[in-house]
Amino acid sequence: MESDEEGIYDVESDASINYNSSDDGIYSEGENTAHGEANDFMDEPTSYKCLTSDQIFNYMMKVVDEVNAILQLPPHITCILLNHFKWDKEKLMERYYEGDQDKIFEEAQTINPFRLKGKVVSSNTNNITSFSMQSTKRPLTTQEVCDICYLPSQHMNGLQCGHFFCIDCWNEYLRIKIIDEGQGQKIACPANDCNILTDYETILSLLRGSDIKTKYHQRLTDGFVMSHHLMKWCPSPGCSVVVKVTTAGTRNVTCICGHAFCFHCLQPIHEPVRCPLLKKWLRKCNDDSETAHWISANTKECPKCRATIEKNGGCNHMICQNKSCKFDFCWICLSAWSPHGSSWYNCNRYDANDSVAARTAQEKSRAALNRYLFYCDRYMNHRQSLELEHKLYSKIKFKMEEMQQHNMSWIEVQFLKKAVDILCKCRNTLKYTYVFAFYLRSNNQATIFEANQKDLEMATERLSEYLERDVTTDELSNIKQKVQDKAKYCEGRCEALLRHVYEGYDMDLWEYLDE
Amino acid sequence: MALKRITKELQDLGRDPPAQCSAGPVGDDMFHWQATIMGPPDSPYAGGIFFLNIHFPSDYPFKPPKISFTTRIYHPNINSNGSICLDILRSQWSPALTISKVLLSICSLLCDPNPDDPLVPDIARVYKTDRSKYNTSAKEFTEKYAS
Repeated sequence: MESDEEGIYDVESDASINYNSSDDGIYSEGENTAHGEANDFMDEPTSYKCLTSDQIFNYMMKVVDEVNAILQLPPHITCILLNHFKWDKEKLMERYYEGDQDKIFEEAQTINPFRLKGKVVSSNTNNITSFSMQSTKRPLTTQEVCDICYLPSQHMNGLQCGHFFCIDCWNEYLRIKIIDEGQGQKIACPANDCNILTDYETILSLLRGSDIKTKYHQRLTDGFVMSHHLMKWCPSPGCSVVVKVTTAGTRNVTCICGHAFCFHCLQPIHEPVRCPLLKKWLRKCNDDSETAHWISANTKECPKCRATIEKNGGCNHMICQNKSCKFDFCWICLSAWSPHGSSWYNCNRYDANDSVAARTAQEKSRAALNRYLFYCDRYMNHRQSLELEHKLYSKIKFKMEEMQQHNMSWIEVQFLKKAVDILCKCRNTLKYTYVFAFYLRSNNQATIFEANQKDLEMATERLSEYLERDVTTDELSNIKQKVQDKAKYCEGRCEALLRHVYEGYDMDLWEYLDE
Repeated sequence: MALKRITKELQDLGRDPPAQCSAGPVGDDMFHWQATIMGPPDSPYAGGIFFLNIHFPSDYPFKPPKISFTTRIYHPNINSNGSICLDILRSQWSPALTISKVLLSICSLLCDPNPDDPLVPDIARVYKTDRSKYNTSAKEFTEKYAS
């Protein structure tokens, strides 16, 4: 089983090993431990971690330190540079050492600390602390007028761009940027036409009040996560955990809150269908499914302009209300009304050529609709079953306790929970196989896929039936054997199906319908 | 804070008025001003007097003032309601800007429209494709509404 999985994920697992060796370290407490349960055969446990908000900030600082070990810049400036490069440290280093450094500082909207006040400071100086505070205070003896409030103040502060404002105005300005506009990393100097960005050291030294400092911390980490291509917030409502993958290829992740989702599109795990197709499908479902059902049941189309028509009276002489059409036709045979004559109220013109053609066209468009409804119904059905099967967990728990009272150890009865996990995973896969199948053009591989789908469906139904009904009546001694057999078979079928689909992706075997 | 700053700006405007512009409060409300801009001589708006409404938000100058034309004007960045599409009135606002500087920016917007970021796409198209027609229309509007 393990080796099979590696076949599917080998790109990820290889890369993650390389990456982990350099990246794992003191932050391993955030490592995801929710494996060995539901999804151990879908996920690569080493390829991602879950981080809480404190850990994110520490991690951000760790990245800054790593880069600083090489660049030897004040950390808050490195932070601005890294943010400009979307936290891609390799890209930053590459640009920093190959190109015009002044240009990089300019692009990142900060000032090269080595060139402060026109003086070039030697870069191999060890005395970084001498310019570690980017903000500067003017001597207290001079009173100056603040450019914002126009009042004289003794406490003027500013960035290295040389624009100074009083501490009250700074606070009000930052409050509006942080609270009202939700900014963090990208707050510029308040002066007109100055795009130099504030750094976290200056901001934290200027801000008064712990509430706003906390908020600023949040904004900083939000910006960090959003611009970092290997990090995503867990989409589960109320969960504030960040999932960090080690390579961009990782798809299926499970947050420590238990929510399993696709790292790319943030939808719940949707094997085997890929994100773009799923997106297309969900949009279609949201727009269409209810309407399509109603249309299918209650309407026909105008044989001439294809407008959808609902019959709201008894008369079969229809006049299309489409202004540019106005076609007169018979509701029954769908051909033009004129040959029916004015005295005909019932239609017996079944074989007339034009009415056959009209019905063929109608059937074609209805066939497309019915095809969609076929896949949609099955998709919805598995979705509903999956929701209902979550109830099985409580039922199974009861059964497990009963078995423990009959001389079975806790560890021996875990097979039941594992079987429900497998059932849920198979249901979820089945649900998305119908999305995949809907867009699939039929060819030999598609036929094999459908056979796999059928096998998996049958196996899943058998397992579901047993867990739902027979498990309560069967003898305790038989249960373990039967459940394990059925679950194992299901798991095998599921893997076979997924492997086949992924092989198809690799070898370009799948053809899609244009819909 | 806002009131002090607005009062100070009013004093500065009286002491050192910007060319072609004037501004002051309407009645007793210091947060509601009216401004006038003389059409710049080297533009099709020459000879016109344009009135503008200025509303200061309570957190001025940290939020930009709301400024709109009350005189109709034919311009790619000003629509028929008088709304002005100008970066410093929105995203590029800086608390260090003043009404005087903003009015000067509007003056220069009258001389040099920005047809690539239009508020009225039709006028922008005319401005880009048929400059003489644009000049004529702008002059007509100025004569009809602003003199």
